[in-house]
Amino acid sequence: MKRTFSIGGVHPHDNKLSSGAAIENFPLPERVSILMTQHLGAPASPIVEKGDKVKVGQVIAKPVGFISGYIHSSVSGTVSSVEPVKDFAGRSVMSVNIDVEGDEWVEEIDKSDTIIKEISLDPEEILKRISECGVVGLGGAAFPAHIKLSPPPGTKAEFLLINGAECEPYITADHRVMLEHTEELLIGVKIMMKALGVEKAIVGIEENKKDAITAINNKLGEYPGISVMELKKMYPQGGEKQLIDAILKRRVPALGLPIDVGVVVQNVSTAFAVYQAVQKNKPLFERVLTLTGGVLGKRHNFRVRMGTSLDKLLALYPELGLEGRKIIHGGPMMGKAVSVTEAPLMKSSSSILILDGSETKRGVRSNCIRCGKCVDACPMGLEPYLLFRLAGAKRYDDLEEIMVYDCMECGCCMYTCPANIPLLDAITIAKSDVIKIMRSRRK
Amino acid sequence: MNSTLLITIVCLSALGLFLSIVLYLVARKFRVDEDPRIDLVEAAMPGANCGGCGYAGCRAFSEACVKSDNLDNLYCPVGGNDTMKAVADILGFQVQEKAPMVAVVRCGGTFEKREKTNLYDGMDSCRVMSAMYAGDTGCSYGCLGMGDCVKVCNFDAIRIDPQTGLPVVDSDKCTACGACVKACPKLIIELRNKGPKERRIFVSCVNKDKGGVARKACEVACIGCKKCEKVCQFDAVKVENNIAYIDFYKCKLCKKCVDECPTGAILALNFPVKPPKQESVNDNTPS
Repeated sequence: MKRTFSIGGVHPHDNKLSSGAAIENFPLPERVSILMTQHLGAPASPIVEKGDKVKVGQVIAKPVGFISGYIHSSVSGTVSSVEPVKDFAGRSVMSVNIDVEGDEWVEEIDKSDTIIKEISLDPEEILKRISECGVVGLGGAAFPAHIKLSPPPGTKAEFLLINGAECEPYITADHRVMLEHTEELLIGVKIMMKALGVEKAIVGIEENKKDAITAINNKLGEYPGISVMELKKMYPQGGEKQLIDAILKRRVPALGLPIDVGVVVQNVSTAFAVYQAVQKNKPLFERVLTLTGGVLGKRHNFRVRMGTSLDKLLALYPELGLEGRKIIHGGPMMGKAVSVTEAPLMKSSSSILILDGSETKRGVRSNCIRCGKCVDACPMGLEPYLLFRLAGAKRYDDLEEIMVYDCMECGCCMYTCPANIPLLDAITIAKSDVIKIMRSRRK
Repeated sequence: MNSTLLITIVCLSALGLFLSIVLYLVARKFRVDEDPRIDLVEAAMPGANCGGCGYAGCRAFSEACVKSDNLDNLYCPVGGNDTMKAVADILGFQVQEKAPMVAVVRCGGTFEKREKTNLYDGMDSCRVMSAMYAGDTGCSYGCLGMGDCVKVCNFDAIRIDPQTGLPVVDSDKCTACGACVKACPKLIIELRNKGPKERRIFVSCVNKDKGGVARKACEVACIGCKKCEKVCQFDAVKVENNIAYIDFYKCKLCKKCVDECPTGAILALNFPVKPPKQESVNDNTPS
């Protein structure tokens, strides 16, 4: 019996249209805009100025505060300006804009393909290197990786879980990384195990990626302590708390972190980025991205440099009109619609999905019939219909009592609602309000 | 008379008497002494319970007035100077007259002046929309037009004009309670001086983008050219972060900046109309 998490979840059609497309290198653009908010937390502060020459992999921004990260140049060339550009949501974000000249890398980066298996650094050096290379969680939230890998004092990690579930429909970036960089990925896992001081790591992969499971299983002999678990196909299995429930049958307490049950979760692409950072000294300035959608003739998995404009990707399909189409940054369940196509790609860009208007149209909203489908679907065990009603009435104390803060915004409730009620839209706002109130109380 | 009836009457009367004594004693024991002036002050309040004063309602505000030593930081925006004078009379305080305020909407991006660049089909709430993205036009600072300000107004003083998609304030009904100011996620609505004969001049834009970007998104955007700052003789206009702001305490309503503004982002309301020399910009003038 294949495992999955115990409550809730939905089964959207997985539509992994691009799983057969090998990773290709996307050509260098003429110009990149590297945003300063590519990680969760405080925006980085730029340390280059207009006219500066930069090389690939050179640090161009330093972290500000504890939860923040380094940002590196993804190209070589001249900084044309340091000024805000619009991101995918149309908001102005500080950015370093670089005109590309050639492709000259910083000397310290090992550009060869040879796989280095020996881990020479000690745990502290590993964490330092991961931080300095700007590695963030590549599953979508872009949480700085070194913070997760250094558990707070008094807690001890027991397991390292590697998230290869890729439960979002359409996206195949992690799948291709598992197939094409199996060895590197496993070394990355080993490095993280060393940094954390844990003996066991489990890679969780959904059943629709059989070839990835086989590929990793074939290499496991050399890597004691790592195992693979095949999981049932279910959304949102890639959520940290769901993955822990699915693999270890442990429940993370409300408002708690995975480390409270002795677990650290990282994504497979993050493991690959950790390998590159620690063994090859290569900062995170490019990532694998899925370009997919039912309306596209050919779908791709590209290795793109950060800061490449989305327009460059769309230019591959000159016949494709964008009128009435919806472009989604991320997966179809949790991703965000793109309103500015000139915006640059970021560390968190796992996928660009182009959907036809007919696929994304919201149905006509009608009244709640108390069918309870949203309650069945909620993987956190909440009651979305009730949260929605209380959010409308701004009853924040009641919302707190029924644990609105536990909502992880996976969208299962809205996906399953037969009355097309915008449950998540309202719950998200109520959640941020309630969390604000709870924080102000703690002070 | 039958004896059952008699017993009933006697018993119930005795019970009633006993309980009333108990109630009386309890009321004596737990009596709360309340300043009688609180009731008087509350009676003088408008009774809208809007929270515009910063207190939970009119009663809470009255209590604060009575407890306080002066009325310097207490002001009922709905009742205005008349109410505050009445309160001051009751409490024997001095009160400073404040100029009446009104809410103004600092966005001029009507449907014609600001093109839609994408289609929003989410929940009809400005807050939800603004949490998702910058908006369905090229301007990431402008009005979203979903009417959160209309929903919170207790006085029916603000509505969305279907012709322009922008909120319009009815200055007769507006009490400057500030509910719409708090509700607007884009911080477009501001409380400003009502002005003599309701004449006021303000910058009807909050776009902090550089001139070119702002102008591309909206025809009537402030481009931060600083012409208004230079022409102002009273040091009332300041341009910061590519956006001009007029200090209404310093502004003498000379209208020089209005004539100077190349995009028409500065609005002058309720001025007598000059002979038609140039095009009027009062598109979203409240009626």
